[in-house]
Amino acid sequence: MIHTLFDYTTLRLIWWILLGVLLIGFAVTDGFDMGVGALLPFVAKTDTERRVAINTIGPVWEGNQVWFILGGGAIFAAWPALYALSFSGFYLAMFLVLFALILRPVGFKYRSKRDGVAWRRNWDWALFVGGAVPALILGVAVGNALQGVPFHFTDDLRPIYEGTLFGLLNPLALYCGLVSLSMLVMHGAAWLTFKADGPVADRAASIGTKAALIAAVLFAGGGVLVWFGAFGGYQVTSPIVWDGPSNPLGKTVVINPAAWLQNFRTTPWLGIVPLLGVVAPLLAAAGFRARRAGLTFLASKLGVACIIATVGLSMFPVILPSSTHAGDSLTVFDASSSQATLRNMLIATVIFLPIVLAYTAWVYKVLWGKVSATTIENAGSSAY
Amino acid sequence: MTNPLLVELSRLQFALTAMYHFLFVPLTLGLSVLVAMMETVYVMTRRAIWRDMTKFWGLLFGINFALGVATGLTMEFEFGMNWAFYSHYVGDIFGAPLAIEGLMAFFLEATFIGLFFFGWDKMSPRAHLAVTWLVALGSNLSALWILIANGWMQNPVGAVFNPDTMRMEVTDFVSVLFNPTAQAKFVHTVSAGYVCGAAFVLGISAFYILRGRNVQLAKRSFVIASAFGVAAALSVIVLGDESGYTITDNQKMKLAAMEAMWQTEPAPAGFTAFGIPDMQTRTTRYAIEIPWVMGLIGTRSIDQQIPGIFDLVNKAEANIRNGLVAYDALQKLKKNHADPAARAVFDKARGDLGYALLLKRYVENPLLATPGQIHDAAWSTVPSVPSIFFAFRFMVLFGFALLAVFVVSLWYTMRETTAPRWLFRLALWAMPLPWLAAELGWFVAEFGRQPWIIDGVLPTFLATSELGISDLVLTIVGFTAVYGVLAVIEVRLMLQAIKKGPDAVIGEAGPFGDFARQPAE
Repeated sequence: MIHTLFDYTTLRLIWWILLGVLLIGFAVTDGFDMGVGALLPFVAKTDTERRVAINTIGPVWEGNQVWFILGGGAIFAAWPALYALSFSGFYLAMFLVLFALILRPVGFKYRSKRDGVAWRRNWDWALFVGGAVPALILGVAVGNALQGVPFHFTDDLRPIYEGTLFGLLNPLALYCGLVSLSMLVMHGAAWLTFKADGPVADRAASIGTKAALIAAVLFAGGGVLVWFGAFGGYQVTSPIVWDGPSNPLGKTVVINPAAWLQNFRTTPWLGIVPLLGVVAPLLAAAGFRARRAGLTFLASKLGVACIIATVGLSMFPVILPSSTHAGDSLTVFDASSSQATLRNMLIATVIFLPIVLAYTAWVYKVLWGKVSATTIENAGSSAY
Repeated sequence: MTNPLLVELSRLQFALTAMYHFLFVPLTLGLSVLVAMMETVYVMTRRAIWRDMTKFWGLLFGINFALGVATGLTMEFEFGMNWAFYSHYVGDIFGAPLAIEGLMAFFLEATFIGLFFFGWDKMSPRAHLAVTWLVALGSNLSALWILIANGWMQNPVGAVFNPDTMRMEVTDFVSVLFNPTAQAKFVHTVSAGYVCGAAFVLGISAFYILRGRNVQLAKRSFVIASAFGVAAALSVIVLGDESGYTITDNQKMKLAAMEAMWQTEPAPAGFTAFGIPDMQTRTTRYAIEIPWVMGLIGTRSIDQQIPGIFDLVNKAEANIRNGLVAYDALQKLKKNHADPAARAVFDKARGDLGYALLLKRYVENPLLATPGQIHDAAWSTVPSVPSIFFAFRFMVLFGFALLAVFVVSLWYTMRETTAPRWLFRLALWAMPLPWLAAELGWFVAEFGRQPWIIDGVLPTFLATSELGISDLVLTIVGFTAVYGVLAVIEVRLMLQAIKKGPDAVIGEAGPFGDFARQPAE
């Protein structure tokens, strides 16, 4: 029977890994769309160049964005307390992200519908905002999660958030925002060198080299900051019941600056992940220089995945710590949905995710090949 | 208790963003299927005009789809942002269909929509046709999953409150999936989307015919839209009746409000065609009744009674008293999770726990409620009868009006003679009706569910996030501004594309074009 195969503890661990898979899936796919958006004013000067850049992601960004939407839905289903707390707590930041993301569908679709210079320039800025702002703010959110955010629960488990938008925009969090921004700019540039040609690809390679180096340095610097305890760290000190009821009250958690490195101390081989988080962007930088587009893009993907995975590994089993009521922090063992829901959702994922990956791969195959100025000019109304 | 202003603003924001989102959704549902049907004819007959139709209506579909996606993004996160307690309280059940919607439906439509527009010259006609159908399938599947989620809010089957985790948890996922309320809602809503698509194509085609432009393309579109429209409008009306039928099981209060039926009538109850419901005196003035009709619609029988509002309020009062038993036991369980006596009491009464929560509007601790407060709380289960009563009637009126337009259009197109100009003008002016009907329908469904956010389980006023008023004002103003600007741009682009007309896409080059221009016969 499937429920003996998947006990509550295993299901929680699987869904913790799937949370990471979703975030990485989002960053690796929609991440390059955001990167291209953020790069748009810098890699493309003329209208045709901008259309080349936009049309490299034109047919695929929409499917990629579903990773973000699915992320929302899956967190709701598997980690309802996290969904409730993070989105209401980061309320105005989340509003800014939505505001920026709303500009993208209309920006892509509407830009090419008219010829006016001002019309197109305005949509270019909308696409820039739609790429750069979420890339920055999602990193800021991770930076806050690392430091802990001020919240607690009432005895009815009503989440109460005590912070402000400006509290979220603290220097350490902004630092994480820059890690995220540089990482996704690298990723967008890698995509452009892979998918565009001519001056767009040349400029992307040049900016991409710098972005990759900055991402590697900032991420390594983040490691140093964690080492010196700048982000704090949270450690569960009461006995952990891995298959207990999902109720975040009643445990004890202490602030311990060494906590965020603890998992790497006890399981040293996990250190390969942060190591690759530094090495892969360096490889990408070398790839940009050598104009090896395929390898650059692969290295960039690996870098993005390892940077995100590092955060998860370092915080485990904590998911979202509370800076004011550490005991109320959300963890893998007390913030999930019920065993039945985790199991049902796992079955749905096992069935549908491979299908999604298969047809997505097919679509990329159909669209294989570089987008050039000639492609755009011949495409008529079917190009953006 | 949560600040009432915060609750009202949260509701306002949700209503604004959801109703705005639903301006684009039904057209996506309907137009995706219509475009796929047109392309099917093209691939079967290889006549270029059907390719032009596919491309032209596809162009308008794309403009609409972009805003559907943009506004849908907000919806996915708004539960967590503005309804944090709701998200915690029912996320175990409500989150699953949303996640499956992403996995099964959104990926499908969003991955293939790119190929629909960009893939014309990259694949065979049959492969492209398959892509178009997959987009339509994805759109329709997303409606299925979101309505499973919404159906559960109306009829929360397959879940119980778990005192250890202080939330609702799923006990029977299969009954959540096959919830009769969700099934009826799905068919009704999707059919309403098809009506929107049909009315849109019908109206714009009528515009071209009136102007004498692109008449061949417009006439074919007019035929296909009128035939599709008749089927869709019939389905909406017949299966709308079906959701009235299931409502008697689960949502008798909403039905009574739609009907302004204060007192239980001897079966079969009459249908109040017109009247002015008065919340103060709890009567309906100037009522014009058609005997038997309501009993037949509501129960599909002549001997079953439909309870009136007074009887339902009395029942709610009993539920509140039983809910207080559960609430009392829950407070003991909070202090000592292992208290077996309290757990036994709780398990017996937990179905009514939500009713005790209604008292939190009047008193911090429901256990201290006075009989007067219990009486008031019981009456608070009555939604705003006049609004529901009239919204329902206008929805039905618009639905039948649309059916008439489609039937007349189809009747004329099936005859050899040319249809009169007044018919085309009528088709043009009827275009807004399906949207009005759809928004009114959602209003009846959601406003009619008040004071509950989850029927009988959680009152709306307890479900919000603990946000500052200024946060909400800021985001309401922000969303209104962004959505307003986008609406203006969307309508302008739509009008521009309609004015430019199908000529903009006709005769476009591309490998597919050679295939297209083969002679038909």
